Amino acid sequence: MTAHVHNTLRRITPQLIILAAVLMLNFMVFPDFFRIEFQNGRLFGNLIDVLNRGAPTALLCIGMTLVIATRGIDLSVGAVMAIAGAVAASLAVDGHGWQVALTGALAVGAICGLWNGVLVAVLRIQPIVATLVLMVAGRGIAQLVTEGTILTFLDPGLIHLGAGTILGIPTPILIWIALGLAVTAAVRKTALGMLIEAIGINESSSRLAGINSRVLIISVYLISGVCAALAGVIVAADIKGADANNAGLWLELDAILAVVIGGNSLLGGRFSIIASLLGALIIQSVNSVILLSGMPPEFNLVIKALIIIAILVIQSPTVKHALYILRASAEPQPAEPIKEAKESPQ
Amino acid sequence: MKLKAMLIAGALSFVPMTAMAADLTIGFSQIGSESGWRAAETTVTKQEAEKRGIDLKFADAQQKQENQIKAIRSFIAQGVDAILLAPVVATGWDEVLEEAKDAEIPVVLLDRTVDAPDDLYMTAVTSDLVHEGSVAGQWLVDETAGEKCDIVELQGTTGSSPAIDRKKGFEQAISGHDNLNIVRSQTGDFTRSQGKVVMESFLKAVGGENICALYAHNDDMAVGAIQAIKEAGLKPGEDIKIVSIDSVPDIHLAMANGEANATIELTPNMAGPALDALEAYLADGTMPPKWIQTESKLYTLKDDNMAIYEMKKDLGY
Repeated sequence: MTAHVHNTLRRITPQLIILAAVLMLNFMVFPDFFRIEFQNGRLFGNLIDVLNRGAPTALLCIGMTLVIATRGIDLSVGAVMAIAGAVAASLAVDGHGWQVALTGALAVGAICGLWNGVLVAVLRIQPIVATLVLMVAGRGIAQLVTEGTILTFLDPGLIHLGAGTILGIPTPILIWIALGLAVTAAVRKTALGMLIEAIGINESSSRLAGINSRVLIISVYLISGVCAALAGVIVAADIKGADANNAGLWLELDAILAVVIGGNSLLGGRFSIIASLLGALIIQSVNSVILLSGMPPEFNLVIKALIIIAILVIQSPTVKHALYILRASAEPQPAEPIKEAKESPQ
Repeated sequence: MKLKAMLIAGALSFVPMTAMAADLTIGFSQIGSESGWRAAETTVTKQEAEKRGIDLKFADAQQKQENQIKAIRSFIAQGVDAILLAPVVATGWDEVLEEAKDAEIPVVLLDRTVDAPDDLYMTAVTSDLVHEGSVAGQWLVDETAGEKCDIVELQGTTGSSPAIDRKKGFEQAISGHDNLNIVRSQTGDFTRSQGKVVMESFLKAVGGENICALYAHNDDMAVGAIQAIKEAGLKPGEDIKIVSIDSVPDIHLAMANGEANATIELTPNMAGPALDALEAYLADGTMPPKWIQTESKLYTLKDDNMAIYEMKKDLGY
């Protein structure tokens, strides 16, 4: 058990260091960054904002990590968010309770995931193309549901999912942490995670070894669809309306970036959901630096790009190797040889 | 549903006029349904045509210029009397406008202009974005009446012309009034959710009690910001005055609840003035001016915002 915790900690150390560095950057541009108050019945502070605003990306990257671990990719998550938000809003407007609205949205997300999964696993269409279909068409579907307007709703239960608090903690934070823990437990306490990794490393041999890769691949896209639907409901609930044009726009790229910052390979294989979630928090912290710095908005994307490049360069295998050589030449005793992530034993 | 009934009733009541003016056929190439305002513009254009008994041929370009060019060519082939064009981009229109000119079909631009020689189109009906910003600024100048007021600004999408011009107009209006200062300015991408997120950061970075007014480049961002202000335990409209642009239904609802203070209308009725100009031209050859500016009407708490909300909510915003 302790060995397991130790391994996990070692795996996420780079992400933790980067997160700490970006949070310090926040502290430098805004000294009150770490102050958290209890105000108006809820926790109030920039750190809470980072956790709260990071919720959509965090939810998306849970599903995305699994999809990428099978050597796939899901470009449709942003559009699925828009569809799910639209469905939840229209159900709420029609007078259904929040339970029905949430269930309906999640069901639609599952159907979208199933569609992607069938295209990839059964029809053998390359994931980037297969999910591009829904990425392009999905926003149109969402607009059909909302009839092109921002569909506003007043159901307090549904709004609570995005803008409410439980014991002073904003609900979205609890949702993504709970789902992250649940999915991590599901894949790590069973053989599921290992089977998913096996597919990503070599699908043919995993199939020959008796793994039902078709069902597993469909399942990971389905999970990704459900995660996206949940994110879509939260985003809609946050503004008490479904904005089909803008909900989740470009968020699929943030989710993929979060997975990459989490140190997961886009070529599939070993994965860590916790590291991806830290990646999502790193991205949100970068956004926070931009907002708090008070720089003119023309610099937003430049600042974000510079920080992200720095993060990726630090993580690059070449740079890591160079650091290792430097350290090895400094220390006379033989250091432990580095292992490539994919080659290390399961 | 209500809208449909209204349209049918409208159509029925104009039956005699339709028969009279049935020979007037006008093609309308719309950008697509990029926003609620755009949808409202389409609805109002159809209503205005209906009212005048004009046969309106509507083409939705789905945000693609090539679709608009195709639509214009098909209008020319059908021999319409005039063409309304809401151009998706500014460039690349010369050739197709030349074709319309050769066919002697007048073209009226709606809402946006094009980079083409101005003899290629009859007139452009647009609002003045800089003027909209300055109406907002002037309202705040009058409202504060010399008292010190720190303003936060939610800009539109960085680099877009409404964001640039509405910022410019506002700054022109408040320049020379030392009591008014923009202390923070950041983009909210014209969306509700970004408006809320950025307002949250303003409230923490500046401190809610230090913010006197919010200027948002569109109403949707203001609606998002109102929620952020409420969650921070402040009263939008009282603790922080809110002025924004567009006059969409939801901001009137917020104003009816006292949660926003003023909005400047970007009217979706660009077709009304355009059709008036076209009818005058086709009747006796009156040439309209090259630019017809629509009114940038200021709505404040003195207006019956609930009634405006009821009127606007069915326009498809």
